[in-house]
Amino acid sequence: MTDSFDTGKAVSQEDALRPPMVTVEIAGKSFRVPAGITLMKALWYTGHEVTRGAGCLGGFCGACATYYRTKDDPKVKTCLGCSHAVEDGMSFSFAPAFPARKATYDLNKLENPKQDLFKLYPEAPLCRNCNACTEACPQQIDVREGVWKAVFGDFKAVSETFMDCVMCGLCVPVCIADIAPNLVGVYASRAYGVREMEKPPGLFDRIQAIADGQYDDDWDRILKMTDDELQQTSATIKS
Amino acid sequence: MDIQALHDVVHTSRDARRQQTLPKLSPAERDTLIKKFHPDHREAAYRPVVFGPNEGEMTVRELASVLEGDSVVSEDLPLTPDYEVDVLVVGGGGAGCAAALHAHGQGAKVLLATKLRLADSNSVMAQGGMQIAVAPDDSPVQHFLDTLKGGHMKNDHELLRTMVEEGPSIAKWLLELGVLFDRDADGNLHVKKGGGSTRARLLTCSDYTGLEIMRVLKDEVLNQKIQILEFVAAVELVSDEHGACAGAVLQDLDNKRFVVVAAKTVILATGGIGRLHIQGFPTSNHYGATGDGLALAYRIGAPLVQIDTFQYHPSGGVYPEQLVGQLVTEGIRSEGGHLVNGKGERFVNELDTRDVVSSSIIRECEEGRGVRMPTGRVGVWLDTPLLEEEHGEGTLDKHFPAMVRQYARYGVDIRKDPVLIYPTLHYQNGGVKIDVNGETSVKNLFVAGETSGGLHGRNRLMGNSLLDLMVFGKRSGLTVAARAQTIPQGRLTLNHLQRFRAEAKKHKITNQLTSPVVLPAYTEQP
Repeated sequence: MTDSFDTGKAVSQEDALRPPMVTVEIAGKSFRVPAGITLMKALWYTGHEVTRGAGCLGGFCGACATYYRTKDDPKVKTCLGCSHAVEDGMSFSFAPAFPARKATYDLNKLENPKQDLFKLYPEAPLCRNCNACTEACPQQIDVREGVWKAVFGDFKAVSETFMDCVMCGLCVPVCIADIAPNLVGVYASRAYGVREMEKPPGLFDRIQAIADGQYDDDWDRILKMTDDELQQTSATIKS
Repeated sequence: MDIQALHDVVHTSRDARRQQTLPKLSPAERDTLIKKFHPDHREAAYRPVVFGPNEGEMTVRELASVLEGDSVVSEDLPLTPDYEVDVLVVGGGGAGCAAALHAHGQGAKVLLATKLRLADSNSVMAQGGMQIAVAPDDSPVQHFLDTLKGGHMKNDHELLRTMVEEGPSIAKWLLELGVLFDRDADGNLHVKKGGGSTRARLLTCSDYTGLEIMRVLKDEVLNQKIQILEFVAAVELVSDEHGACAGAVLQDLDNKRFVVVAAKTVILATGGIGRLHIQGFPTSNHYGATGDGLALAYRIGAPLVQIDTFQYHPSGGVYPEQLVGQLVTEGIRSEGGHLVNGKGERFVNELDTRDVVSSSIIRECEEGRGVRMPTGRVGVWLDTPLLEEEHGEGTLDKHFPAMVRQYARYGVDIRKDPVLIYPTLHYQNGGVKIDVNGETSVKNLFVAGETSGGLHGRNRLMGNSLLDLMVFGKRSGLTVAARAQTIPQGRLTLNHLQRFRAEAKKHKITNQLTSPVVLPAYTEQP
């Protein structure tokens, strides 16, 4: 950003230039960092090289799954480190990759996806309702409910429940039944799309129309135009 | 500092501002403003590339340095292959996954290398949707014309026609993989209207379109047991004795070892450039968006096109710090939200085009009428509470629930207080020149997605990126699979690197950067 900013001409913001510092503990070691920065930026600020645990930096890819605890609170919570701010007295550690087992499958060849769930993920029906997965979810998904819906074969509901899932995997290490709820969610959601959703008729009509050369005359006309003619044509299309 | 005190300027000036009407600028005024303040027109930020395929062409200094950069690989590196494959795909985002799946589907032996994890990418963040002409009142030709207009008529016609015509078959492929696009009551694909489009054409999965597509593609890449190397970055290409691409040298980011891949064909799908922070801009891009593919392709001799134009989205977050550079929806301005400077004044018609709005925000900040935050960042206000006053309480909750939550997570109530914004570096419009199958001017070297150039002209239309990734990922994947059956593996050499270094020396390049950059240097050094 620009350095030519002149504070004299705007609202007086002298204080703004001196960010207060806070004390945080990163993986058990104490550091002073500027207030308000993200946990990810606190890593960079304190000299950590970040190769793993950083992805989209926008809260969508789940690479930066983090455990944290705030001052004097015994409860360990979860967040995405790229989009959570440091607080004074906070303690946090980025979560290591967890060795969850992903089943492999061909969704078109499965005999009965709802039954096949129990072959692919036999641990799925062993949920003991502890609700730890739901509490661990930084996206506030009702993960436990999603797992049960998968077990009961309501794959449509699973797909809706897990639409916000960023696959951070924080629900996995807390599961006492060794379920990987996020992977169960992907399976059920995809199976619903592949095996249950109806085909959109308009799409197939359009594909056929293109294959039949229905737009060929338009293309011939358009592609012969000069740049000026093209500009005129695209400017006159009505919304 | 008291941020509330800064907010007060917006609150106390609101009633007066509501009486104002700001005219859109005349063509001459737009020109003057853009030429003076739009980042694409800042001459000081540009310089000619000194040598190589684009010698003498102007680009931003950051990119020029990357293109002229030196390799970490020494010319006497033993090129004994650790892997021998038909296809090496570099990059694990949308284009990389689409390419790998299609090549694998045709029986090719594929290796996919990514410097982050599979699917960590910009693709996963795409919220707006994917433009495909499926509606009855729409056609590929309309899609072509809209895109051309958005791109200032500078798009490559052949690439563009290919993309819009293959759109519907891409939708079919994704549905068959289980991607849950939003539907209408009659079962047809639901379409929304995107900025710059004359027809409703955006296929969406709520506002998680990219996430849903990438969850599915990643799962399928794993199901197909395609060989993957994560946390392994491509640092140099390998050429044969005829100058064609024959593989790559990778570097394992954990142990720093080089990994040599003999590949009959290589597909670069390394994404964009936002993390180079062109002209010091914050960015909406992911951690690895450092333009690696551009550097690799350039060194082996592939020319780039339209490398002087980038997309700066007017509304990137400035405060709180967690949202810096991230996109703030344009919808607030569409619904009448004002842009307000530090003195409580409006300064642009908020519905003017992106380049005009971005330029005017930059003008306010550079001329000292911006607002500086405790983090040291500067921006202008977007008056969100105005919408509650104009359209009634609950308007923001009803129409912008995602944005209300986006800020509520950090203790900012956008229903009560304005948010600070500044243009954010969003997209690299140009890139490596390709043909309709994604092949570059260097034989057996392919590029797909944001790394390629020509398709989008001088400004990419909203929703066209996801389609670009899928169409050219697919086409390059299918082409390399067929090619691999007809050609032998070329001999592995670094001849092109020798030539490149000789050129650099001839042009007396000093302070040469090491490229590709791989990851941004954010870590504070002692």
